[in-house]
Parts: sequence; C-alpha cells; structure tokens
Amino acid sequence: MSERLEKGLNMLRQEMDKKVMSFFSSCVRCGVCAEACLFYTETRDPRYTPIYKTEPMRKLWNSEYSFWGRLASKLGISKPMTEADLADWEELVYDGCSMCGRCSMVCPLGVDISMVIFKVKHALAVAGFSPEGLVGAVQRAVDIGSPMGITMKAVLATIKHAEENTGLKIPMDVEGADYLALLSSNEIALYPEYLEALARIFDHAGVSWTLSSEAYEATNAGLQIGNKATAGQLVQRVVDGAEKLKAKNVISPECGHAYTALRWEGPNFIGKAYPFRVVHILELLDELQANGSLKTTGLESDRLTFHDPCSIVRRGGIQAQPRNLLQPIAQNFVEMKDHGSMNWCCGGGGGVSSNERAEELKHTVFNRKKSQIEELEVDAVVTACSNCRMVMEEGIEINEMDIPLLGLTELIAEHLAEKSN
Amino acid sequence: MIEYLIKGPLWYFSLAVFCIGVLWQMARIVFAKGKTDLSVARGSASSGAIRNVFSRFVPHREIAAQIRLQVVAGYMFHLGLFALLFFAAPHVHFLEKHLLGFGWTPMPHWAFIVAAQFAFFGLILLWLRRMLNSVSRLISTTDDHITAILTFVVMLTGCLALGKGFHALNLLHFFTVELLMVYFPFSCLMHAFTFIPSRAFTGAWFGRRGIDA
Repeated sequence: MSERLEKGLNMLRQEMDKKVMSFFSSCVRCGVCAEACLFYTETRDPRYTPIYKTEPMRKLWNSEYSFWGRLASKLGISKPMTEADLADWEELVYDGCSMCGRCSMVCPLGVDISMVIFKVKHALAVAGFSPEGLVGAVQRAVDIGSPMGITMKAVLATIKHAEENTGLKIPMDVEGADYLALLSSNEIALYPEYLEALARIFDHAGVSWTLSSEAYEATNAGLQIGNKATAGQLVQRVVDGAEKLKAKNVISPECGHAYTALRWEGPNFIGKAYPFRVVHILELLDELQANGSLKTTGLESDRLTFHDPCSIVRRGGIQAQPRNLLQPIAQNFVEMKDHGSMNWCCGGGGGVSSNERAEELKHTVFNRKKSQIEELEVDAVVTACSNCRMVMEEGIEINEMDIPLLGLTELIAEHLAEKSN
Repeated sequence: MIEYLIKGPLWYFSLAVFCIGVLWQMARIVFAKGKTDLSVARGSASSGAIRNVFSRFVPHREIAAQIRLQVVAGYMFHLGLFALLFFAAPHVHFLEKHLLGFGWTPMPHWAFIVAAQFAFFGLILLWLRRMLNSVSRLISTTDDHITAILTFVVMLTGCLALGKGFHALNLLHFFTVELLMVYFPFSCLMHAFTFIPSRAFTGAWFGRRGIDA
C-alpha cells in the first residue's frame, strides 16, 4: 500500500463516527439528492449525484464496518481500496461540489451528505489529491496570511483609501474595543467599499471597533481544501489576534465560508471554545437595527432580489437578518422562486472559485442562477458574500446579462440616516 | 420434518438473529465515537433532532415535482407493506399466538387486496427505477437488489399462502420470512431503524445552528 493511500484511508477511518455510521446504515440509494444538486441538474451527469461523491467513505464503511464487507475481507474475496478510489474522486469532490449543502436538506433518510463529502475532502487533502489552485491558495494563506497573497501593506493601502473616501479614521489595533472586524481577501482586493461601509455604519451606530494588524484575514483556505489542521492553524491566528486585543466580539465578514470557518467549525478545529463571541456582520447589523442604533432612510425604487449565500443561510442559519435589513430600504423586493435555506448556489462555493480546473463546469452550473435572476426581471441582485458576488459577476459578464450586483452591507451604508447628535 | 424445522428451530434462530442483530447494529451506532461540538449553539439541538425525524417524511416543496415517482412509489410500498405486516389477519393471529399474547382487529379481505396491490406496485416501480434510471443504476449496490428481490418473494409467497389449501406455500412464506429476518440486520433494510438516529443527528446539527430545515 502506498504511503498516500495509507494516509487517506487512515483519515477516512478517523472521520468514521456515529453520524457517518448511521448515515451509511440508512442510505437506500434512492437518488433523491441528485435533484437537489446544482452540478447534477445542470449537467445531467449521474457522477455528480451527491451521495456518489461520498463513495470512498462508503467503500471504507462497507469493507471495515459492515458485516458482509468484513466477512468478505476475512475470506480474502473483497477488492481492497486502491489509490484510484481516492484519485478518481478528486475531480468529483473538488470541481463538482460547492459544499452548498442542498443535498443534505432533501435526503429522506436525513443523511448530511455535505458533511460526509467534507470528510472525504479531508482524506483526499491529507493524501495529496487536491487541485493545484487550492494547494497554492493554502500555501499563500499559511506563508503570507492570505489565500490571494494579500499582505498587510495592501490592507494598509485599502484602509488609507477608505479613510480618504469616508473622512473617518479606521481604528487599528485598538485594545479593548468591543468588536474586532475581519475582512476577506476579496473584500480587500475587489470590494474595498465593504470596509468603507463598515466605517460609516459603525460611526453612525457608535460601535467601538477595530481592525487587527495580526488578524485581518477571515477566509480559510484550509476549510476549502478540507485540511482541518491547516484550517485550525488559520483560525488560531484570529483567536490570537482577538485575545491580544481583548476583543469581546469578532465580526465575521460577509464571506460565507469565512463565517463557517470562524463561527461554527473554528472551535472544533482548534479544540477549544473561544473566549469571545463570533457574530456575522449581517447579524450585527440586524441587532443594531433592532436596538435602534442603526437607522436607515430612503427607499430603493429598483426591483431587487436577494441571493442567499449557502454558507451563511443554509449552513449558517442567517436567513431572516438580510431580509430584516432589506425590508426598510427596498420597496420593490422580490424573492427568488427557491430562496432561503433551499436557494441555489452560485456555483463557486467550497473552493470551486479558487480551482482553475473547474472554470468551465462553474460557468455551466451558473445557468441555474442565471435563469433564476432572469425569471424575476429584477433591476439588481443583492447578496452578502464576496465570493458569491465575484462568481456571479463573472457569470453575468460571460452571459452578457445587464444586472448590477450589490453588497448588502454597502447598500445599508448608502441608506444611513443622519446622526441625531 | 421440514415443517418442524421451519416453524421450530429455524424460526427461533431467525428471530434471535433479527433481534440481536438489530440491537447490535443500533448499539454500534450509539456507542461509536462522536465529538462534542465546541461552537456556541444558536438554537436547540434536541428540538432540531425531533423536528427533523418527522419533517423528513414530507419532501421539500422545491424538489417535490422532480422526485414525484420516488415519493409516490415509496409511500405506496411502505404503507402497503406496513398494513400487510401488522394488519393482515394471518399476521395478527400469528403475533397474538406466538409473540405478544394479545391481538387487534385485522383488516378486511378487500383492504388486504388493496394493501398488497399498493405494496407490489410500489416495490416494482422503485425497483424498475433503480434499474432504468442512470443515477439509481450508478449508485445501487448488490445489497439493494437482494433486499428488493427478497422482499418481493416474501410478499409473493405471503399472498399465495392465503389459499388455505396450499400448506406448502404457507411453509415457503414462513421460510422466506426467516431468510429476510436473518438478512435484515446486515443489509440496507436496517434503514427501518437507523433512519431515526440519522435524521436526528442531522436535525440536531441544523437545530443548534438555527437553520430553517
């Protein structure tokens, strides 16, 4: 047995817990999950059936945990797993799954297929079966601090521009601030207006906040590639930065997978609970609006809809907040046919957008979002994830659609009421 | 001799394998390793678990049209089989006499016919789909086909055994049921029990994250 196969199989064994055992004991191969999967519905390729993507884990379960599999192994008549069992699944798991979790919503037996796919990803990553684009992103995240290679100098330049544009001081390394705000690489490089929006909103609402020169990056390439050790290392940087500044709260940026990594998986990655609260920016804005600190004015007359980022809504539970925030400012708001926890993914989640090899497939599956948007005949689409925004902007460009995309935080900042004092 | 074997030692053997096997498989799941989630919960895991155990009986509106065949055939088969298993007159009498010591009103003969038709039609539809649909064909295992055939044979011999003059068919039905009971704990038939922890684990996960599932 080769070393990488052994590593992969050992990781699958480590990931075999009571949940996985109950899932594989229950699955009756009904194929319902296929109809929920963007990659299957848009290509009609049965290999993209979500449960099929978990096949390496199922094979291990069958050979080592099921009665017949164990009997066959004892008798020497079973076919042992080979490197091909892992290598052949790399493309399916990394290119053909955005970890959107829609399959987990519809399985009649309750199998959390998305969770099992992540476990398979973990084994593949450990065994060295990962796409180059993601491997590079992980390396940059570990070495430089950002998967896009963004250094502190670039952050400082973004801060400088934000200060010039807003006339507000962006606090940096302020000890004892109530909130430590994090950014995603995309927000630094592609959507710097997000930082400007934060500055305006927090100034308006009187929020005590800061950025950290040691913990500014919220994205987690370790989560995207499926390597829990690296993911933990990246989360630990944030924890160290927050602890150093004695922050009571850490604000996750809009970015969906950053929120998952920080809010839900982070404590498990590092093996301990946080001494601070993690709050998503939309949750915080909703709280500020509810307690009266955030007041908006004016109405968007355009016909608007909201694209629910999967990691924030379906896998993160933030569904009402964006709608609460849009309600006072969007007078002509319409929901997509499938929205909320049953929304359709943009096609670029789970590291697909960082995986050059998956480009063509990503553009193919964008057709679903394209038809969802066209069906509504809206003037603009609002979303709350820089990755979704980037993927959709690319899709809109390729398909020559004339639809602007708006970030929700920036939209709120544009509608801030005059400060009362 | 054959009757003694089938209704005596083989019956007790298969009953023991079924009961111990099911308990053993469930215990393996319950006592397998599992990690405590260290993130701060937003909602209740237990209410999420309970809700999910029941809510998954109804398909999501968003994909209901695409999975109509699986849902309709699935319900026809499962409800028909459930009715036959617990309300067919011979089964009620058997359970009363040999296992429970008490019985209940069996369903009338016409209801038996309807239930049997539902069960057969549902099972055949599901099996045909398994063989003809490209997705099902790709993901199906040998176990899926064995369980479908075994269940079909059990139902078929059961219906044939209703003719009171055919004692041999009654014995054959008994024997196929015993085969099914022995096979049950080691096959995907276990989903009849494991769907509960499976749905509960996922529901708890959704519940603690406050996800509208």
